[in-house]
Amino acid sequence: MTTTVSPPPERAPGRPRRRRRTTDRGLNRAFRWVAVGAGVLILAVLAAVAVFLLQQAWPALTAGSDELAASVPRYPDDTSLLEYVGPLVFGTLLAAALALALATPVAMGIALFISHYAPRRLAQVLGYLVDLLAAVPSVIYGLWGIFVLGPAALPVWEWLGSWLGWFPLFAGPVSPTSRVLATVAVVLAVMILPIITAVAREVFLQTPKLHEEAALALGATRWEMVRTAVLPFGRSGVISAAMLGLGRALGETMAVLMILSPGFLYSFKILDSAQQQTIAAYIALDFPEASGLAVNTLIATGLVLFVITLAVNMGARAIVARRKEFSGAN
Amino acid sequence: MSTTTVPDPADATARTRAALTGADGARRRKDRTMTVLIWGAFVVAMAPLVSLVWTVLSNGAGRISMDFLTLSMRNIFGGDPSGGIYHAIAGTLIITALATVISVPVGLLAAIYLVEYGKGALARAVTFFVDVMTGIPSIVAGLFAVSLFTLILGPGVRMGIIGAVALSVLMIPVVVRSCEEMLKLVPHELREASYALGVPKWLTIVKVVLRTSVAGLTTGILLAVARVIGETAPLLVTVGVTDSINFDPFEGRMMTLPVFAYRQYSQGLATCPGGESASCVADIAIQNAWGAALVLIVLVLALNLIGRLVNRWFSPKLR
Amino acid sequence: MAQRIDVKDLNIYYGDFLAVQDVSMTIDPKSVTAFIGPSGCGKSTFLRTLNRMHEVIPGARVEGTVEMEGVDLYGDDIDPVAVRRNVGMVFQRPNPFPTMSIRDNVLAGVKLNNHRISRSDADELVESSLRGANLWNEVKDRLERPGSSLSGGQQQRLCIARAIAVRPQVLLMDEPCSALDPISTLAIEDLIGELKQDYTIVIVTHNMQQAARVSDRTAFFNIAGTGKPGRLIEMNETSTIFSTPAEQATEDYVSGRFG
Repeated sequence: MTTTVSPPPERAPGRPRRRRRTTDRGLNRAFRWVAVGAGVLILAVLAAVAVFLLQQAWPALTAGSDELAASVPRYPDDTSLLEYVGPLVFGTLLAAALALALATPVAMGIALFISHYAPRRLAQVLGYLVDLLAAVPSVIYGLWGIFVLGPAALPVWEWLGSWLGWFPLFAGPVSPTSRVLATVAVVLAVMILPIITAVAREVFLQTPKLHEEAALALGATRWEMVRTAVLPFGRSGVISAAMLGLGRALGETMAVLMILSPGFLYSFKILDSAQQQTIAAYIALDFPEASGLAVNTLIATGLVLFVITLAVNMGARAIVARRKEFSGAN
Repeated sequence: MSTTTVPDPADATARTRAALTGADGARRRKDRTMTVLIWGAFVVAMAPLVSLVWTVLSNGAGRISMDFLTLSMRNIFGGDPSGGIYHAIAGTLIITALATVISVPVGLLAAIYLVEYGKGALARAVTFFVDVMTGIPSIVAGLFAVSLFTLILGPGVRMGIIGAVALSVLMIPVVVRSCEEMLKLVPHELREASYALGVPKWLTIVKVVLRTSVAGLTTGILLAVARVIGETAPLLVTVGVTDSINFDPFEGRMMTLPVFAYRQYSQGLATCPGGESASCVADIAIQNAWGAALVLIVLVLALNLIGRLVNRWFSPKLR
Repeated sequence: MAQRIDVKDLNIYYGDFLAVQDVSMTIDPKSVTAFIGPSGCGKSTFLRTLNRMHEVIPGARVEGTVEMEGVDLYGDDIDPVAVRRNVGMVFQRPNPFPTMSIRDNVLAGVKLNNHRISRSDADELVESSLRGANLWNEVKDRLERPGSSLSGGQQQRLCIARAIAVRPQVLLMDEPCSALDPISTLAIEDLIGELKQDYTIVIVTHNMQQAARVSDRTAFFNIAGTGKPGRLIEMNETSTIFSTPAEQATEDYVSGRFG
């Protein structure tokens, strides 16, 4: 800015020159702009994701249902794109919600274990171990779910089906293959444990010592201390942690693709096969063979997934950000 | 023990003892139950990890051999047990390296921007959207890369660079996050000491800040690589599959380890007309999948371990 | 209600580090005992052993006995949770639970006990505890507001109300006025004078004038140097400590020559 306009040379000596911004010259300036550029680039990439997806999805969004039925395999006649995506959205939400319901209590337990129960020296190592769960590639979770968890869980699913079959989720028949949403939900729950644990752990560790000691000095047991001081303090943090986990579960592809025997129904039966399918697994299954309008249709469903996860993640981050302001004010 | 305030000291002692031994069994039972549950939660989380690592080891170890690591699957059909994952290892390393080359400069510079320059609305927006970006489903990142390259090269193109771009979308926010944490750990006094010597800001960042945190940055980058090296879905839609070796990420399909594992798994059992023999193994595809999974998990665990160790051994002791 | 405490040959450790060495003293019931001494002399550490709060810090342990009416607080059959119910504590910085209302803060300790307390009993307890802490008139119209909405001095009195609501035998105060302004400090000191009719009170203070104003007996702790353990130098009637102490170090400290 200032370097482009050189100061007038006839300025009398001894007169104060206009102060140059010494922090903003030459390489300094170039370096700063490169750094800013990287930040802007990230925003641009996110915008580009949305724009390009929309651009490639557009032909499918504007096509008539006859056109879609003609060129997209397994596209039923007389169905709008929305009706077509509906069961997929339902399956995605159901799988993610089940995974979340399973993972959240366990993740809170692990977070409390690491922050308040485990011996100090062990706590960090145990944290690494939990983080390792996040590092395992999803394709390996898929193999494990199919060959280990599925057979192991089958007796449990049969027991649930025969004793709790009156409950809509567990309504029979129970598939003998175990390639059902219940198995998928357990695998997804394991996969999202680390992220929920990591966020909840951070929040629990931030509980002011003052409040913990206040509870203990009143004669609280360790659990009562946790309940009076730690959990109320960490509540919003736990909510956002759970939402981040939900975001992960919504977008997980391979474990669902490999384990689930898909169906396109609005069905709550999680012990029967060929009932539900999730958006991500659907795309991964059909995309390699798709061409023409079918690609656009798949990208359109991907756009729906993007919007859902974006909303969930932004909600979670907004809660975290608000909490930061609160704790900063105190 | 004599006291002046209570007439009968023995009575007072008994009452105090009763008060201090905590007769409230229900509360203590609850406390103990919760302790057991919380320890139990940890055990529940460790069970899958142990089971998973053990399964991969025991199922995959038998398939690992020199041939398996150095041959491709070219001209291998049915239950033929020769052939290997060389092409997939090469593809994974090339694509991951490309993604790293794209992500690290962008991520590191963005982290520098946030820590050293970031102020106001732009910095807040970058922070927020980096967080949001960490939540992009991997399949959506793949679709984005496909859309981008469809615009440039037309539909139906599959090649390694598209996969690298998709992985970069997933990797950049992870790099930004971890680098940001590491740069924040550099004490402000070091920067001021450098300014006081008349060193300009950009040199201070390069020579002082980055040099101080280089171990932590390396750790962060290695962990980010570990995160994307096992990604399957985005590569499935961008890079496709092949049975041959392809070292050129700008030309044609490539195989990668996770996609290979999935591909082999989904092929299921082979038919052996003359019964099983040395040249026809019915479940060879499943065995291949486990073998690839083992190599993949070893890569991931090694990256994690090296990352942690780098940080532990080489990070300077601040304060 | 109030009870006496006998401490015999108490050593306090953090891991291998001996923080306080060889303390023996008797704390009289229904009186105020003040602990004074320079920073780091172990007076707060010692105070926290009287209700086993020091165990909260990992690695902390004690040798010796702390007896309350002849019962060793560190005996095998003693529950630290029950000890803390009987020996209440007020901290240096006021620490009402931020997520609870004023009323719930007062009831926090009682509600832990799971016993269903009827609404009228709870109201009564809130009022009597807040009256006991000289806070009732200031907050009776806003009991449902959060505890953090009060001023610092009011928050500290709320913490005292919370501590006495569980009806302890002994009340420990760890520099309760060090974060407060002079007017709030006076209010707390007046309150201490009233509370000693019912409770055994032990107060740690940096402020020698405060010790002289509120306490009946005073114990002086000192430390020989960095890394050395803190020790009890002498303990006597407050008037004696501040006029004719037996030890030179005590006289140096109370006359302001060091610390």
